[in-house]
Amino acid sequence: MSDENLSLELEKLCIHYKRHDDLLSFIKKVHEKCGYLSPENIKNVASLWNVSVGEIYGLTTFYVFLSTKPLGQNVVRVCRSTPCYLENCDMVIETIEKKFNIRPGGVTEDGKFSLQLVSCIGACDQAPAMLINDELYGNLTPGKIETILKGL
Amino acid sequence: MPEKRIVLENCGVIDPSDINTYLSRDGFKALEKARKHMTPQQVINEVKRSGLRGRGGAGFPTGLKWELCTKSPEKERFVICNADEGEVGTFKDRYIIQNDPFGIIEGIALAGYAIGASKGYIYLRAEYHYLRDLLENAIEQAKTKGFLGEKNNESFGIEVREGAGAYVCGEETALMESIEGKRGEARYRPPFPPEHGLWQKPTSINNVETLANIPHIIFRGAEWFSQIGTQQSKGTKVFSVSGDVEKPGIYELPMGTPLRELVEELAQAKDLKAAQVGGASGRLIPEEKLDTPLAFETVLGAGAVIVFSKGRNIIQVVRRNIEFFAEESCGKCVPCREGTQVMSDILRRFSLGQGTKEDLTILEELSNAMMLASLCGLGQAAPNSVSDSLLYFRSEYDT
Repeated sequence: MSDENLSLELEKLCIHYKRHDDLLSFIKKVHEKCGYLSPENIKNVASLWNVSVGEIYGLTTFYVFLSTKPLGQNVVRVCRSTPCYLENCDMVIETIEKKFNIRPGGVTEDGKFSLQLVSCIGACDQAPAMLINDELYGNLTPGKIETILKGL
Repeated sequence: MPEKRIVLENCGVIDPSDINTYLSRDGFKALEKARKHMTPQQVINEVKRSGLRGRGGAGFPTGLKWELCTKSPEKERFVICNADEGEVGTFKDRYIIQNDPFGIIEGIALAGYAIGASKGYIYLRAEYHYLRDLLENAIEQAKTKGFLGEKNNESFGIEVREGAGAYVCGEETALMESIEGKRGEARYRPPFPPEHGLWQKPTSINNVETLANIPHIIFRGAEWFSQIGTQQSKGTKVFSVSGDVEKPGIYELPMGTPLRELVEELAQAKDLKAAQVGGASGRLIPEEKLDTPLAFETVLGAGAVIVFSKGRNIIQVVRRNIEFFAEESCGKCVPCREGTQVMSDILRRFSLGQGTKEDLTILEELSNAMMLASLCGLGQAAPNSVSDSLLYFRSEYDT
């Protein structure tokens, strides 16, 4: 999408969210469309919403689902809180690190995957667990991880 | 005491995508009863008499919270359903939403009626985005049937708002900041939400499970409800059990049930060393204290129970807890922001066998300072497992 088209589209979207007084959802929508919040987008959102650039930047950096750097097309979020730790979440992290040759926080060279370590995702009954984009995957084993990643 | 299903009564029985299956089990009867035969104050009185207390962990009396909202001269009021279930080891709200979204909606509508709210919000954590369609669909169906929205002169509506990944947003004032489109930093209190809540309007913010109890209380009455449980904790509690157990999952039990029954009989823990009740911020209960009843007056939190078997190193577990808080601290107040970092460093040293006696003293002092001086519940409760481990498992810190 060209920059001009994008900013036009953002303007249209903005009206809808402003009516609901819903800045965070608007930012999430922009994030979804662009994959991350670039400095340009942060400026755009700030001017559309009539708030300071600092406010939008502060908001973006506060929440772990928002990023100011490009993410992979698929974001893998591995839970490392206590219940998943007990069920060997380190195995999950290592399996993905090896498979993609990336470290937590990194993006694969082809831009297809990001790996992030996150706090409890509320799937402790299925530990170890991870989210890929919005899908939940639990009771992970090296073999199961392999199959899931192949299917993406 | 065997399992007792009130909140989970419909779970696995109804089809969460079809309101008719909920209606066939007396669904929305409580709301009809309230709107037709009870004044808002009568609804509040019923909830007060039931003894229901907040299921998010803090245990504030729900009826009282509602009543405080109605004391404000401000006419625009809000109800928020806190579905930002972020406490480590807790997944009961996920289960309730997945299996009975209508019960929550009816509870929110009843809360709205009681306090005179114009609108309800469900704040859903981003990690539960996959539940959003289910919730929106349930709201839509409730609207079509005339329980919400414009039909029947009913103007009360419910909107789903989603977080963006921040544990602290489960804290009520941080959550409201987030809905307002700000960083989810806790507010200084007072004023409390029933006076100045969302957009500074009177707001009742209640946990998913709390609201899911409401239709049952209104439909069957406060007397019935208050016969279940203990002196200070009425009704049941939904527990999320994880860790070293054969059967991790969701269990609903009357308040006051001994912890042993939950973890050993139901979840089938073997060779238990300790259980942490209330998530990362919860209390560490050693095996010898397993007969402790689960209730607000003893130990409860939001009902997360993480079990550790004998082979587990307690320092590693506590370290993982503190690393979580260091990551999730919003950074607004010094005791929490710095305290969690320093604790995390010290616990790392202990787990490498390099901790000193001086480190132990600092851990103890820091725990007290953070409990006393942190701005919100996150920092106040973060040191719990540290101080409990020093009390019950001090030998593991041997220097």
